[in-house]
Amino acid sequence: MIASFLLRRVALSLITLGLLSVIVFMAGRLLPGDVGRAVLGPLADARSVANFNHQIGADRPIPIQYWDWISHFGNGDMGTSFVFRSAVGPFIGDALANSLKLAALAFIIVVPLGVLGGVAAALNVGRLADKTITLLGQTLGVVPEFISSIVLILIFGVWLRWLPMSADWPDGAGPLTQIRYLILPSLPLAISFFGYIARVARTGTVEALDADYTRTAVLKGLPRFTVLRRHVLRNALLPTITVAASLVGYLAGGLVVVESLFHYRGIGSLIYTAAKAKDFPMLEAGVLTVGALFALASLIADMLSALLNPRLQPGART
Amino acid sequence: MMTGDSALIFDHVDVTYRVGGRDRRVLTDLNFQIARGEAYGLVGESGSGKSTAAFAAVRYLARNGLVSSGNILIDGRDLMALSPGELRQLRSHAVSMVYQDPTRALNPSIRIGRQMAEVFEAAGEQRANPELARVADMLGRVQIANPRRVMEAYPHELSGGMQQRVVIAMALSTNPALLILDEPTTALDATVEAEILELIATLRAEFSIALLFISHSLRVIAQMCDRVGVLYAGELVEEGPANTIFDSSRHPYTVGLLRCLPGPGLRKDRSRLETIAGFPPPPGTKTDGCIFAPRCSIATGRCQRETPPMIDLGGRSTRCHYPERAADMPHVAPDNRSGEGNAIAMAMDNAPLLQATNLSKTFTGGGGNNLRAVNAISLDLRPGETLGIIGESGSGKSTLAKLLLGLTAADPGGTIIMNGEPLPARTARRSPAQLKALQMIFQNPGSALNRAQTVRRLIGRSLRKAGLSGAALEDRLRTLANNVRLTIGTLDEKPRSLSGGMQQRVAIARAFAGEPRIVVCDEPTSALDVSVQAAILNLLADLQAERNVSYLFISHDLNVVHYLADRIAVLYLGRLVEIGPTDAIFAGPRHPYTEALLTAGTAHRVSLTGEIPSAANLPSACVFQTRCPRKIGRICEEQEPQLITAGDGHEIRCHIPADELKHMQT
Amino acid sequence: MSTSIRADRLRAASRSVTLLSGLTILIFWTVCALFGGALVRMDPFADDLLRTLTPPSAAHWFGTDQLGRDVFSRVVVGARDILTVAPLATLLGAAAGTILGLVTGYFRGPFDAVASRIIEAIQAVPLVIVALLALAAVGTSNLTVILVIGFVFTPLIGRTVRTAVLTEADLDYIAAARLRGDGAFSIMFIEILPNVMPLVLVETTVRFGYAIFFVASLSFLGFGIQPPSPDWGLAIAENYSLIGSYWWVVMFDALATASLVLGVNLAADGLQSVLE
Repeated sequence: MIASFLLRRVALSLITLGLLSVIVFMAGRLLPGDVGRAVLGPLADARSVANFNHQIGADRPIPIQYWDWISHFGNGDMGTSFVFRSAVGPFIGDALANSLKLAALAFIIVVPLGVLGGVAAALNVGRLADKTITLLGQTLGVVPEFISSIVLILIFGVWLRWLPMSADWPDGAGPLTQIRYLILPSLPLAISFFGYIARVARTGTVEALDADYTRTAVLKGLPRFTVLRRHVLRNALLPTITVAASLVGYLAGGLVVVESLFHYRGIGSLIYTAAKAKDFPMLEAGVLTVGALFALASLIADMLSALLNPRLQPGART
Repeated sequence: MMTGDSALIFDHVDVTYRVGGRDRRVLTDLNFQIARGEAYGLVGESGSGKSTAAFAAVRYLARNGLVSSGNILIDGRDLMALSPGELRQLRSHAVSMVYQDPTRALNPSIRIGRQMAEVFEAAGEQRANPELARVADMLGRVQIANPRRVMEAYPHELSGGMQQRVVIAMALSTNPALLILDEPTTALDATVEAEILELIATLRAEFSIALLFISHSLRVIAQMCDRVGVLYAGELVEEGPANTIFDSSRHPYTVGLLRCLPGPGLRKDRSRLETIAGFPPPPGTKTDGCIFAPRCSIATGRCQRETPPMIDLGGRSTRCHYPERAADMPHVAPDNRSGEGNAIAMAMDNAPLLQATNLSKTFTGGGGNNLRAVNAISLDLRPGETLGIIGESGSGKSTLAKLLLGLTAADPGGTIIMNGEPLPARTARRSPAQLKALQMIFQNPGSALNRAQTVRRLIGRSLRKAGLSGAALEDRLRTLANNVRLTIGTLDEKPRSLSGGMQQRVAIARAFAGEPRIVVCDEPTSALDVSVQAAILNLLADLQAERNVSYLFISHDLNVVHYLADRIAVLYLGRLVEIGPTDAIFAGPRHPYTEALLTAGTAHRVSLTGEIPSAANLPSACVFQTRCPRKIGRICEEQEPQLITAGDGHEIRCHIPADELKHMQT
Repeated sequence: MSTSIRADRLRAASRSVTLLSGLTILIFWTVCALFGGALVRMDPFADDLLRTLTPPSAAHWFGTDQLGRDVFSRVVVGARDILTVAPLATLLGAAAGTILGLVTGYFRGPFDAVASRIIEAIQAVPLVIVALLALAAVGTSNLTVILVIGFVFTPLIGRTVRTAVLTEADLDYIAAARLRGDGAFSIMFIEILPNVMPLVLVETTVRFGYAIFFVASLSFLGFGIQPPSPDWGLAIAENYSLIGSYWWVVMFDALATASLVLGVNLAADGLQSVLE
């Protein structure tokens, strides 16, 4: 049962990624109309535009272009940057490694806080604490990252001078120094996803608190803490795992803004610069990488919750 | 007050809920006690406050609920005065509770054995190996054949009946003084319900435990309890020994309630059912006089002014100014029918209105699992007759209804003929005339009526489809409303502001908007209280007598089917196992499954072995052979029996000859 | 009855502190967006190279920027573009999403399966990145920003509506409508839509908050509202490098954005509790 579930799940992820690659490709090749014109600008003469188009293969039929692109992609060849005239792969690799550091730190900050906040809200459902946490989380969730970044930079970077205002640490910095440089950029990400995690944890906990089985446990005479730990949280936090993992993908959206703002060479600022320069091979590779990361994270999340959910485990009807 | 020998005392208890800033009193001056070892039944309709009483008894009211006056004592201890620690102690030793839906009462992610062991843990006992032995022992005592395997299972791996056994075992593990049962069998099928009730009766004797048994079902309460309290709108209106209360009630409400039930002797062509006028007051209503006076047929001016106290009648009491008058209250079901019986007899000779042949429905599930919900069923329906369809969950009765209605397409190979014309499998392919002719009344009127539309619009849309407009439509709308006893004022209401019974009348009016020939009724009264049920059944019978419409009437309530149906079809696991005239089926011979259904809850119950198999994995040959108490041998496993004639229009799908069945069953 | 429900809701609305304070903030910025030019003393576009980067003072409440323009005037007038683009994008996404949700939820089957896969594929990438890709391809203008945000919102709102439609479609009144001979169109738009409308309303206000988020973020990145608009996100992008010494050139725009977002959120939250 688990094996077939897993297989189906992996197949679904691959289909999703395939579709995404088509969409990304279409956006890159179809929408601008003429890639050469879009890249070289309105002042370039027709000859060099045609030359450019021929060079990158943009004058061939679309399906062939797609196949060419995606099969190279499968072999690890992510294409050649228009801007740097060199392979995209290494850029993506370095950027990804940097971004993962930043995302991991944000993740470590936001998940425990969010879960704690959500559970605390659920335990006080309807009271002031609940309303405050819920509304706060919700509002912080729609404050754009560049706004919270600026407020944080003003406070901790400009006025208090506690933390560096840029994430660009000096060469050869040790892991602790790197973390020091990453705290400020990771906070806006954490702030914007706090409400999201808290909401899911709160909903799950409220449901579990209202469930008949919790009533059963209370009426057994179990201590409140045991009821919470064994019956409520166990069932309540299962959905939170899935959501927390999908966060890895969503964080990448915030990275675009935060990395540009803090001068950090990650996948977000790479996508941003590529979009600015209309460097479509780089942009497409970046977007697909983010998509793949998201697919992988949600795959892991689903497997994890399948492992923890007895209803998906083999067991004979008695 | 004596407390020493009482398991539970409600001492003049009021419970209020705070809703929208206002206090609503849902229990008023509730006063009763349960002696040690006694079984006390609390019976009432929805909204009477019976479940609130149950939760008040374990101090587990909703957050906005409050015991605003009075005391509750369990085992002599004042519940409201206990500290949290003492309350835990009390819950773990002195009182347990079982509620309606066992699926939700158990934690889905913890194994049964572990959940049960928690009870001993809460009682402060060591978590050690002997504990497992005790869990196994308890499971054995609730007659679970294989305790060790059940202990290893997660709740979802068990059937509903098994889950309820586990819950009961858990509740009894610490040998409490009081067990509270809140509608413990309402979610279960009739045969399973019978088993569970029997088990509770056995265990009660074995553990000498006191019961607070809460139910809407007078039958269940009568069967299970020594004493009964009848709850109406939050007040106890009558109390006393079960047999005297049910045999000779002294409160007009109890009398009315008992008379509403379609009893074994009643038939639509001979007598109407009695009803209780009006509706229960909404929770929190305050009155000067008797709370029941507005609906009472013997109420006087005094009843409007003076709240009656609980009057002691020697061992029993009633909250009525005129207990002696209540006993022989006049009957309120006039104009009993006569002569309409011939209409039915006549109908038998007519050509069938609807003929379904070889209808099957297979649902394709994930992983190549095919569910055979309906399996080659053929039946017909004559003008003006009611065909009752009975069978427990999983029998395919609702799917069969959907196939006929075209809401789900039948598998290829089946045919439906109406009025001599073949009927397309889906509604989308059916002509307006065909659609009009075949209508449906649903189980849950709240779900069947669009909550965004007024009653006028709800019925009006159907009338418009039937080709009416303008003044003619308005005219017909009023006639129709009148026919289903809806006042013109309700036409501009939305469903939400109507009671369940009124909603069902709206749904009936809609079904009859296009002058249907056949109406499929899918459990039309099972979501309603008995006093409302009677009025709806009367209405259905009236409409049928007036318009010669045919009903396909699906129900799990055999008394209701017996009252309304001319013929009955019995379904088991998607197979038609028996069909015949109502009288013939109730008289026997019967298919062994029908026998189990009909005897469930009676003294000579025929019990079934095992549990209902999955529709994805049907038994070989006879579908019933895995559970049949009359199984004769290998022939049942190797060859599917045909439908054999057992009398005029009566057919049984069994290898045992009809006269032999008859012999066994008497 | 329906009027009394409406009356109840109105009464609840008038009591809801969150709804009222949210609406107050929203109305304030809407007034600024509509009449901002007439309200301010100074021309938000007039530069004064003699008075660049002056700190807040009686003459310039919020100081001046690099070109000596009055920051206060620019913040007030800066509401205009974001309050044009964000609502239109939200409405577009809500309308298209509601239709998508109704159709996929009611028909289910293969169409739903295909649509779900495509929606999932788009959602595998954060919205900002999808928008960057699309805007890099089609070019940036207020119109394209509206279209792109409307487009990325469509599946999101569609998914929420679909879930509600699935629940509705299981209710018996749908079966009753089919038995009456109603077609799919009238079942979706006459029977189901009114019942999911409260949800659509709440979802739309919540999305409006996100629309502001995206428009602001995109403008900050240079893919949203274009110069010479005094838009807040744009202003922050232009002046961000000065943050170390001249905090007022970014601070007030940041606070304005934050307050607008807060207002929308309070209103959405209040509306939700009133509708329940």
